[in-house]
Amino acid sequence: MITLNVNGKRLEVDVDPSTPLLWVLRDSLGLTGTKYGCGMAQCGACTVHLDGQAIRSCVKRASDAVGRQITTIEGLSTDLSHPLQRAWIEIDVPQCGYCQSGQIMSAAVLLAENPKPSDDDIDDAMSGNICRCGTYSRIREAIHRAAEMKTAGRRAE
Amino acid sequence: MSTTKQAISRRDFLRTSAAVGGGLLIAIHLPKLASATESFAPADPFAPNAFIRIRSDDIITVIINKSEMGQGPYTSLAMLAAEELEADWSKVRYESAPVDPAYNHPVFGIQMTGGSTSTASEWERFRKAGATARVMLIAAAGQNWNVDPKSLRAEKSFVIDSASGRRASFGSLADAAAKLQPPKDVTLKDPKDYKIIGKSTRRLDTPAKVNGTAQFGIDVQAPGLLTAVVARSPVFGGKVLSFNADKARAVPGVVDVVQIPSGVAVIGKGFWPAKLGRDKLEVKWDDGANASLSTTAMRADFAKLAQSPGLVAKKVGDPGKTLAGAAKTITAEFEVPYLAHATMEPLNCVVDLKSDACEIWTGTQFQTGDRMAAATIAGLKPEQVKIHTTFLGGGFGRRANPANDFVGEAVHVAKAIKSPVKVVWTREDDMHGGYYRPMWYDRMVGGVDANGNPIAWTHTIVGQSIMLGTPFEQFGIQNGIDTTSVEGAADLLYGIPNVQVDLHTPKLTIPVLWWRSVGHSHNGFAVEAFLDELAHLGGKDPVQLRRTLLTNQPRMKALLDLVAEKAKWDSPVPAGRGRGIATHFSFDSYVAQVAEVSVDKTGEVRVHKVVCAVDCGRVVNPDSVIAQMQGGIVFGLSAALKDAITFENGRVQQRNFHDYPMVRMNESPEIEVHIMPSTEPPTGVGEPGVPPVAPAVANAIFAATGKRVRRLPIGRVDMG
Amino acid sequence: MTYLLPRLTTCVCILFVILIALLLYSVKTDALVQRDDARAKAAFLAIIPVLKHPRCLNCHANGDFPRQGDDNHIHAQNVRRGPFGHGVTAQKCSACHQEENVAGLNMPPGAPNWHLPPPNMPMIWEGKTPGQICQQMKDPKQNHGKSVEGIVEHVTSDKLVLWGWNPGEGRTLPPISHDEFAAKFQEWAKFGAACPD
Repeated sequence: MITLNVNGKRLEVDVDPSTPLLWVLRDSLGLTGTKYGCGMAQCGACTVHLDGQAIRSCVKRASDAVGRQITTIEGLSTDLSHPLQRAWIEIDVPQCGYCQSGQIMSAAVLLAENPKPSDDDIDDAMSGNICRCGTYSRIREAIHRAAEMKTAGRRAE
Repeated sequence: MSTTKQAISRRDFLRTSAAVGGGLLIAIHLPKLASATESFAPADPFAPNAFIRIRSDDIITVIINKSEMGQGPYTSLAMLAAEELEADWSKVRYESAPVDPAYNHPVFGIQMTGGSTSTASEWERFRKAGATARVMLIAAAGQNWNVDPKSLRAEKSFVIDSASGRRASFGSLADAAAKLQPPKDVTLKDPKDYKIIGKSTRRLDTPAKVNGTAQFGIDVQAPGLLTAVVARSPVFGGKVLSFNADKARAVPGVVDVVQIPSGVAVIGKGFWPAKLGRDKLEVKWDDGANASLSTTAMRADFAKLAQSPGLVAKKVGDPGKTLAGAAKTITAEFEVPYLAHATMEPLNCVVDLKSDACEIWTGTQFQTGDRMAAATIAGLKPEQVKIHTTFLGGGFGRRANPANDFVGEAVHVAKAIKSPVKVVWTREDDMHGGYYRPMWYDRMVGGVDANGNPIAWTHTIVGQSIMLGTPFEQFGIQNGIDTTSVEGAADLLYGIPNVQVDLHTPKLTIPVLWWRSVGHSHNGFAVEAFLDELAHLGGKDPVQLRRTLLTNQPRMKALLDLVAEKAKWDSPVPAGRGRGIATHFSFDSYVAQVAEVSVDKTGEVRVHKVVCAVDCGRVVNPDSVIAQMQGGIVFGLSAALKDAITFENGRVQQRNFHDYPMVRMNESPEIEVHIMPSTEPPTGVGEPGVPPVAPAVANAIFAATGKRVRRLPIGRVDMG
Repeated sequence: MTYLLPRLTTCVCILFVILIALLLYSVKTDALVQRDDARAKAAFLAIIPVLKHPRCLNCHANGDFPRQGDDNHIHAQNVRRGPFGHGVTAQKCSACHQEENVAGLNMPPGAPNWHLPPPNMPMIWEGKTPGQICQQMKDPKQNHGKSVEGIVEHVTSDKLVLWGWNPGEGRTLPPISHDEFAAKFQEWAKFGAACPD
């Protein structure tokens, strides 16, 4: 039995602590927004935040996440209000949509650390997330758009 | 006599069937659901046909019979119905259709998604579905108000009586409309009155795809649902000789190990124990006839076959004689490898099998066939099998398998363990699972006259047949020629007076399948790269030459001019870069692309920009067409630059994205898409963006370096 | 005046500690170093094949990015060195690399504090002569202020260095064992840490 803090909730999970966090989230906690794509940190579909940092949950043992704050796509916002979600909808980024949770979670860390990223900054942050449908140009556009929204939001405050 | 007439491609099949039926009669048929097991929710009183339901709270649900794998039918088909219904778009919702003959493809006669046909084949039916509902709602209002329905109109989900100013919402009329008989025929709107069709419309499924709620097959959960990971033969056609499951069973969380026709399934409480158990499973395999399969040997065999002509798929004029008298000739051999679809969501399928019913949740493009296969395996009638089509985490053809592999296998597992089960393929399983785009070898000989104009070419194609052995064989193979093997080559748009296209079909047993753009994915490369070589041979500008050869193809010619203008073909290329052009006609659509690339001294290729122009007839959702072109280009680039499935000792050598890599954000070019305005009927967009990319890049590499690329993937250009 | 007293005492104490440390250091090095440039250089040259081995060179190569594999190819995913050698924003080393190797072929290798040298001291070995590598390694401005002893300590016990000999399934090992490698470094230090020409 391990205790995980997921999206602000403390959850007890009866699982082998060496199980990758991805499968604890998906199979034990039912948080299926985090996706399995490769199982070897190649594709980024399983990206979640651990204490605010982007990590590939397919290669992170659940026990290594104990005592730390885990945020999944389900915890990004409850009402599609996160600037990235708004920008993704505005630009209509997803096609099949399978990789997009991971894309958004990576982008969220990028924006948190770099509120006004350049195209190069986006390349550096986002090249760990594969999109087989090829939505890259829209992801790029949506990140710029979300950055604008955040800036505008701050100005309004 | 030319054999082209007998070689009916799917495109021709569409046309032929339409002609035989008299217009698009088949598409006009608006059936009710045949299956009694599918009942509408009581809250949806008005269901005039299988495609539309209207609730008393005004919510309109459009039932979509096409699988949503990224190409956007949940939105674009809903737009068709909403347009004619005069619906308030904000009230429109989508729902995935159950399996029912009502939802069959109007041409293919089965429920399926593929061939870039969703919009083209449903263009009329969904509009008629909407129009029918509108007529009935108006009739209901006429009855309520005791006025002639002809004096009423519908607008934004209301029926309006202009004379009296009365208004009734669709929802308020639903009950009354449900009591009326649907009209036999309806008149469709004049396109100039379109309010929704032709306007970029945000996809209805995007919100669910940005907050984790979109349910893909792999996400399906149920109490007590077990997970299976299957050990399959490492060689295609291999069989289990024996297995020892002791170590697998010792893994905590593993509950069962069972043999099934495709291998040995390890059943666990969740994916991870099942996968660990599968890793520990000891299986002895009989590798069978493919044990020594090797790409090197196959390439040599293909190359040898290509030296002599195969079955003739097209013959115009006398290419042999013309080539013999040509001022200059050139011979080039092109090669492309087997390719995996590598959808981001690995294959999976959930099955709940009971003695008298079977329920399946999966992302499939092939509902009718999968249901039939499931029924056969389960010993049930097809009507007893219910398939819930979830979102597909990519399809690209892999989830439209006539062999029903991932669904059939899951039913076998459910049957063996007598418990609801989700079979999940690991990425490695998916990569090794076969049903690849076939490997192709193309030998081309071309000649130009003294003025440098192409006067003849021969094109010998070598590769496995996709249609052979499938239910599509009947119309897909004509006189021994699989039409998908020669599509994009035998139906060449260029006005070259002497042409022969012929085909060798080696009988290999590697499972092959349609891969986004099918035969066009290789013929587009060979034809367009070779045309570039002929242009060079004759001292012609590649755009100018194409313009000359497209005199009788006004749509492609106009598109060529558009892309050349937008890509500034006639202006100097930025230093260190080269520009290449390719055009290709596929799935009834015209696409032209200009790629701008640079190659560094190590031979590393960088694709900076792709300018794309598309003519796909009337456009339903322009932004969706742009998205499909963008996606097709990136998809095609991964294949052009990086990917190959190869065999050694019968085994596939690639496993995952580290050795079957994808174009990533930092390698993704700037993409510009221009849509040619058109009033022609809509044609395909899911696939046609793919074929021109590889040749445009190859031709740009030649422009930048003087090196010809004739084999994919390009990898590094040999700069020596 | 009294308020100055604690400060003075502190200063005196610090000075005293420094003096003792210097004394000990000279005593210790006097006792250990038997200056022999030829033998020191030879020892360092024996280390070079390790430093040039992909397990080491992949993080000490040219460019602000890591390499992978025995062919030193550029790390997939466009991974960057970043401001501290730990990657950037959403692609920090720890996004994928754990404190130990993840089991399985081609799975992410791991060790505590998996990182590249920081950009202000990138410690690049690619394309450099043994002499240049040695000078660079000894330069406190380029080696995080390490003394020769500090260097020896680092290569002997740092877990990221040790990872080179436990690189995970399918990865080749440096040409000599870690014990030999560490012994050669100790030898180099012992004979005066002279650099090859």
